[in-house]
Amino acid sequence: MIEQKRWTVGELTRYVRQIFETDYRLQDVEVEGEISDFRVPGSGHAYFTMKDADAQLRCVMWRSDLANQVYLPQHGDRVIARGRMSIYEASGQYQLYCQRIQPAGQGDLHAQFERLKAALQVEGLFDAERKRPLPPLPQVIGVATSPSTAALQDVLNVLRRRCPLARVLLSPTLVQGDQAPPQIVAALAALNGQPDVDVILLVRGGGSLEDLWCFNDEQVARAVADSRIPLIAGVGHEVDFTLADFAADLRAPTPSAAAELATPITSDELAGNVAALRLQLANRLRQTIEAHQRVLTDAQAGLRQTSPRGRIDNLRQRIDGQVGRVRQAARGGLALKRAALHGAQRTLEGVSPARTLARGYAIVQGADGRVLRNAAESTPGDRLNIQLSRGRLQATVTGQESDHE
Amino acid sequence: MSDENLTFEDALDELESIVSRLESGDLTLEETLQLFERGQALAARCEETLRQAQLRLEALQPSSSGGYDRLPMDDNPGEE
Repeated sequence: MIEQKRWTVGELTRYVRQIFETDYRLQDVEVEGEISDFRVPGSGHAYFTMKDADAQLRCVMWRSDLANQVYLPQHGDRVIARGRMSIYEASGQYQLYCQRIQPAGQGDLHAQFERLKAALQVEGLFDAERKRPLPPLPQVIGVATSPSTAALQDVLNVLRRRCPLARVLLSPTLVQGDQAPPQIVAALAALNGQPDVDVILLVRGGGSLEDLWCFNDEQVARAVADSRIPLIAGVGHEVDFTLADFAADLRAPTPSAAAELATPITSDELAGNVAALRLQLANRLRQTIEAHQRVLTDAQAGLRQTSPRGRIDNLRQRIDGQVGRVRQAARGGLALKRAALHGAQRTLEGVSPARTLARGYAIVQGADGRVLRNAAESTPGDRLNIQLSRGRLQATVTGQESDHE
Repeated sequence: MSDENLTFEDALDELESIVSRLESGDLTLEETLQLFERGQALAARCEETLRQAQLRLEALQPSSSGGYDRLPMDDNPGEE
């Protein structure tokens, strides 16, 4: 007898598992059945059973695949599951490792989402040209969300820190479940009816894709796109994209981020701006005063240059000079004249008759007092006066002789 | 001009326009002084407003008239 190989349980189980995993038909299967015992323990992985009238199939869905599920199965749902077959060696249990579950006969929600998204996109609802700029300094911020949620508190905390000047107008609405879409539409309409709202935040905290599903509602997407007031959507987490996000003027990854995007300028920055403006104000005043002072100084300098004072001073100096010269000239002239006078006096003295008389000459005057220069001027018998250097003589002409010229 | 009703934004806008008018020059000294004084008052007002700013929260509530009323809300429901 040929000795048979004796397996350990582990070896055998691993071998069967390899058979499963090398059969390509088992590596991508789609199976329809009814969900039973769907549960998600703390690990985050989903465990459930699919069954029909004939058999049962153990199923598992890893947490990472579950996160992509828009639709969450419930006990009794008829579903189509897709995945691969393998064996969990520890329990010897063969099972379907599900990658995707969709409701049977209803179509894939994700496919619906993509169809609706494509339709709205073609319609132009998400066009970049539709996006409106956000006000840099909103005074009234509308917030459409559920009151007393963490999302609202996140928004308020950010706004309180960044822009306490703002007023927040809450428009309450459900943000989860079948009733949420019409309420969201109404909440947005209510805010749009307010005359003073500058920007709207449509926010909701993180949740399962199903929780966020109301933001994929067509009416919600249209209400977001049609909002008269610029709108920021902040739904779920970073990775969650909803139709509301696409339709919004701006998509924020989280509610807090939406509040930050709504307040691009913080109060601190505003205070800085005011301080800077104050400084500019003071600088301009100082510069203006300085400029005026320069103009004044220049004008004064100009005035001095064209002032008559200089010319007056100049003229005064010239006059002083002239006066000096005149004085000097006058003084010189006087001395000259004095000397001339002396000369004249001497000459005068020289020609004085007294001196001539003293030298022995006499002056002969006729009776009528005329000085006689010619003998012919008198005839014999005329009486004559003779002036000597000392005293006078009275004489009578006794003879006369004229000189022949 | 009544400054009592002037919002922060209006005051800031006016302050900015005053500064740019001053920057543009072409003003008499007297005009410059007047604008400067006005600007100082506006800056002081802005700073005061910022100092006293406190986030106000109201909620829209449907009114009997078919419109909406604004109800003041406590914006700090003891969650922190």
